[in-house]
Amino acid sequence: MTRYILRRVWYMLLTLFIIATASFFLMKILPGSPLNAEDKLSEEQKEIILEKYGLNDPVPVQYAKYLGGLVQGDLGVSFKFDNTPVTQILVDRIGPSALLGFQALIVGSILGIFLGLMASIFRNSPIDFSSTIIAVIGTSIPSFVFAGLLQYVFAVKLGWFPVALWGTFEHTILPTIALAIHPLATAARFTRTEMVEVLHSNYIITARAKGVAESGIILKHGLRNALIPLITVLGPMAVGLMTGSMVIEQIFAIPGIGEQFVTSVMVNDYPTIMGTTLLFAFGFILIILIIDLLYGLIDPRIRLAGGSK
Amino acid sequence: MDKNNLNNIPKDLFVPLVRKEDTSEKISTPSRTFFQDAKRTLFNNKPAVFSMILIVLIIIMSIAGPWMNNFGSDEQDLKRAKMPPRIPVLENVSWLGLNGTLSGNFEGKDVTQATNKANARFDNKKEFIDIEVINKGDGTRNSAEVKATYHIYEAKDMKDTYFWFGSDALGRDQWTRLWEGTRVSLIIAFVAALLDLVIGVSYGGISAFYGGKVDNVMQRIAEILVGIPNLVIILLMMLVLKPGIISIVIALTITGWIGMSRIVRGEVLKLKNQEFVLASRTLGTSNGTIIRKHLVPNISGIIIINTMFSVPGAIFFEAFLSFIGLGIVPPDASLGSLIDLGFDNLRLYPYMLVFPAIVISVLMIAFNIVGDGLRDAFDPKMHK
Repeated sequence: MTRYILRRVWYMLLTLFIIATASFFLMKILPGSPLNAEDKLSEEQKEIILEKYGLNDPVPVQYAKYLGGLVQGDLGVSFKFDNTPVTQILVDRIGPSALLGFQALIVGSILGIFLGLMASIFRNSPIDFSSTIIAVIGTSIPSFVFAGLLQYVFAVKLGWFPVALWGTFEHTILPTIALAIHPLATAARFTRTEMVEVLHSNYIITARAKGVAESGIILKHGLRNALIPLITVLGPMAVGLMTGSMVIEQIFAIPGIGEQFVTSVMVNDYPTIMGTTLLFAFGFILIILIIDLLYGLIDPRIRLAGGSK
Repeated sequence: MDKNNLNNIPKDLFVPLVRKEDTSEKISTPSRTFFQDAKRTLFNNKPAVFSMILIVLIIIMSIAGPWMNNFGSDEQDLKRAKMPPRIPVLENVSWLGLNGTLSGNFEGKDVTQATNKANARFDNKKEFIDIEVINKGDGTRNSAEVKATYHIYEAKDMKDTYFWFGSDALGRDQWTRLWEGTRVSLIIAFVAALLDLVIGVSYGGISAFYGGKVDNVMQRIAEILVGIPNLVIILLMMLVLKPGIISIVIALTITGWIGMSRIVRGEVLKLKNQEFVLASRTLGTSNGTIIRKHLVPNISGIIIINTMFSVPGAIFFEAFLSFIGLGIVPPDASLGSLIDLGFDNLRLYPYMLVFPAIVISVLMIAFNIVGDGLRDAFDPKMHK
């Protein structure tokens, strides 16, 4: 197991290094510098600004400095936003994103599992049928289309919730629903398939023969076993949440990481773009690593296969 | 005596039994190949057939749609900006909202104030605004409410003009732009899916077929690429490349093929050591023939399913990129950029969001249902 973990962590660091290097050099190719916005500057002033951002050094030196800073958690200084360090910007903004993602994951997976469970218990009933429809629609419709619908109906027309911005719990409701629909659909679909399979296995028949109550069969013997494979879809789910958060935060004007990224793209703020990209990459990789390790803990077969390689 | 006289049956009643071939093993209906079987299952799947019809219709519309009226996709005219949708015949069905009027509810302390607000909102063309009092109010703030309906086509003296799906903030016809945008989105999706298919199948196929060192090196490379989140790569690529159709296709393909290559590699590894392939190899069949005759037919099902699912994935990513401002740039349109523009005007002109949102949703749902149908058809384990 230790070998497996070490191997995975090594791959993770390698991947992060590649992404950091790639984003650094790609940003160097791009036109644009912190000078673009200010036109009436003397040569000396320009020189001072370039010096301040370390843009006068040769590229390899800049690269070494960048990597050195990265190890210490320093992502450089934003070109815009009053010269705030990028790390500071991201730390300030991670709260709303994390809260939204967490709420959406909880709401989505609990409701999704419940829906899938109901569908599997009442197979081929209207409940099953509507659960399938919800699953297909939820996995197909892009979250921003869904967000637009929610925003228009519940905020603009009915006025039940605030249209946008951040602050109270009420502000989080619509974005959470918009983000949760995809995990909900995935969880519902997966739980149903797994439950149908598990409920046909021999140990369920044994439990029935022994006279275990139906609720005990479904919850204790059925659902617990059906949920183990659900961990595998948690990874793609979390990735989907991150993609979704970019557009959802943009639509509801939430001061989170995703919104920051889109804004930085608009104003060519390269240090912030690079920092956000790295943070996204780090988040993705960390989540997938945790899920893989978790799965290895639960299912010994995976651990053996991974360790023996 | 007669009763027992069974031996006295006249000889001519006996007919020699003609010996026939054994028919119990004979198959009475023509046997169906795997593909015929899959086709049959697919066409029996009603939602999948319906979805295929919808996809074909949308493809036809994306080609023919822009020519169905006389507006160009880039004809800007601020005088006719933000016109609501108006369709001949359908404009008489009031609940559809396609009659070319703008309406809204306005509040004020009394009816006059509310009416004034309505007039101010609708260009002050009182003669074209119908006011319907909902609540007379009692003089307190926002107690009165009126519903105003603005006949904008009459007000702008464009009685004979019909913007079927309305016009956007620059006066461009939404119908034309919607179908041209759909065309762009579909082209991106199909090309990206096709490239994923070609690269993924060759990479995975070569890696698995030749095995050994080749496989080892190729898989190490793929392992690192898989570790990099595709969203990050796509975003970085879009920042560097000039925005446009080709850039989006490149960005999507750079990571898109890996999933396909892994599946193909797994399947080929499984197949290449099976008896029929070994037998064929023993008989001296060349590699090319083995690939063509034995491997490709056996993995084609899974390739088709995978390609079918990568199309909606690409549609989504294109829309996502255009939505956050990294994809298609004006004056070109795509479903994503139209939705983005729709959001800017959501409060007052929801129709700008509704039509592209419907098209993209229908497309995504239809492709997913067809993909599910194909999976059921090609995966024998799923046959119920």
